[in-house]
Amino acid sequence: MSKTIEEINEKIREGKAVVVTAEEIIGIVKQKGVNKAAQEVDVVTTGTFGPMCSSGAYLNIGHSKPRIKLGGGKVYLNDVPAYAGFAAVDIYIGANALPDDDPRNKVYPGEFNYGGGHVIEELVAGKDIRLVATAYGTDCYPRRRLETWINIRDLNETVLFNIRNACQNYNVAVNLSDRTIYTYMGVLKSDMGNANYSTAGQLSPLFNDPYYKTIGIGTKIFLGGGIGFVAWHGTQHNPNVLRSDNGVPRRGAGTLSVIGDLKQMSPRWLIGTSMLGYGCTLTVGIGIPIPILSEEILQYTAVSDDGIFAPVIDYSDAYVQLKPDILDEVSYAQLKSGKIVIQGKEVPTASLSSYPRAVEIATILKEWITSGKFLLTESVAPLPGVESGITFKPLKERPLEE
Amino acid sequence: MTVSKRIVLHFPKRLVDRPIVYRLIKDYDLEFNILKASVTPQEEGLMVLELKGEREDYDEGIRYLTTTGVRIQSLSQDVIRNEERCTHCGACITICPTGAFEVDPLTRLVKFDNEKCLACGLCILACPPRAMEVHF
Ligand code: SF4
Ligand code: SF4
Repeated sequence: MSKTIEEINEKIREGKAVVVTAEEIIGIVKQKGVNKAAQEVDVVTTGTFGPMCSSGAYLNIGHSKPRIKLGGGKVYLNDVPAYAGFAAVDIYIGANALPDDDPRNKVYPGEFNYGGGHVIEELVAGKDIRLVATAYGTDCYPRRRLETWINIRDLNETVLFNIRNACQNYNVAVNLSDRTIYTYMGVLKSDMGNANYSTAGQLSPLFNDPYYKTIGIGTKIFLGGGIGFVAWHGTQHNPNVLRSDNGVPRRGAGTLSVIGDLKQMSPRWLIGTSMLGYGCTLTVGIGIPIPILSEEILQYTAVSDDGIFAPVIDYSDAYVQLKPDILDEVSYAQLKSGKIVIQGKEVPTASLSSYPRAVEIATILKEWITSGKFLLTESVAPLPGVESGITFKPLKERPLEE
Repeated sequence: MTVSKRIVLHFPKRLVDRPIVYRLIKDYDLEFNILKASVTPQEEGLMVLELKGEREDYDEGIRYLTTTGVRIQSLSQDVIRNEERCTHCGACITICPTGAFEVDPLTRLVKFDNEKCLACGLCILACPPRAMEVHF
């Protein structure tokens, strides 16, 4: 059995496509078998909703009268610095940016109540944002200071452009030390008092297409409540890691860079987020449709939490010191049971990414496709796969002075 | 009608070693739960109690306490969840010392049981989208 994306799109246009979520497909395959399920199902939708730090947005704010050249100057959005290293009125706001006067971790653990992620959420929510900029002034762009309210509806391009999202797998974080630590994986209590994980498991996009056979550059996706695209592989994309027999990586592996129009998006799916003692970030909703082109591809989407494994890592030492040490490997089924046993100790688990919201994303995407308003795209180039030979290199540090 | 309330009792030095709580329980038929008890260096006693019983008994018990000279403070501080902001991630579950959060194994929605909350405040800053709020 094999189908093409064009055939599936034809069915979508006719309102005849059979679309199920990556959660629903598990039961369907159990009941009907791979062969029959692959004939019946046309698309499987996935979803994930979690903090994704390498996110940000670029904005073109339009020219002021007289003109100002923000490039090379300084720009603040609600006191949060935006990057102004482009042309006159293009700026980029990163999710982790913090106001200059934020105390950070001076009062430990820092609260990180407001940062770039929050600016993006408020912008998308249609709130006015305070822009304060200084520039050096040129003959053609003489103005040196700009203070104005801006609103997303008045701006030119407003584009979410995230350079690493939707990580294929992620560490389970614990803390072996004797004090509480504050990490990007949440608050970790001493002596393995808790274990935090952060993927949607069986619903997560890249777990359902482990070898990137359908998801590639140009794939149309659900992004932040609107429509976006896979722009490239994400930073730290590392396909060449240990994998299970079902192809699913057992370590952090593939990542995606995604792009989409902020004006279509909604603050329900882009949430400014504060990690105590760590910093600010953005919680992003992503959903990716997987066209069932063959039985093999369907088989991948049938993966369930008991077939996906993640490494348990000590964030008080091994992670910090870039040591390869892994305490154990656990399945997402074990993680979701609420406790895991590590080195003989029962450790309660918690998730940083929201499974119910991942289900909601997969369901919305399913509705978009079933109702004919979302057609699938053929990717224009594949993501680097296992054969690419990519390895994830540590920094080769060369001290400046001997 | 039964009530269940959390109160803080401040015992002046002269009352610290008197069996006041014992009388409260015995004579007014109240159930209690000591959430915290300490004696400060100035020897003032402090006790955080959860008292449960019939409304009438509860009110009488409180009246008795005031007559003894114990200062009562209500733990009126209330922690509530902003349902709009909560993403049901679950990060709060292992943070809360009283188990006020619970995941529904089927839907994986995170339930918040206000009754179990002691308003300790730990979840306020640990919740990544900051959905937990203190109200007075
Ligand atoms: S940590 Fe916050 S957002 Fe997550 S489930 Fe708890 S209250 Fe909701
Ligand atoms: S305030 Fe404390 S007791 Fe109440 S829910 Fe939050 S962590 Fe639990």
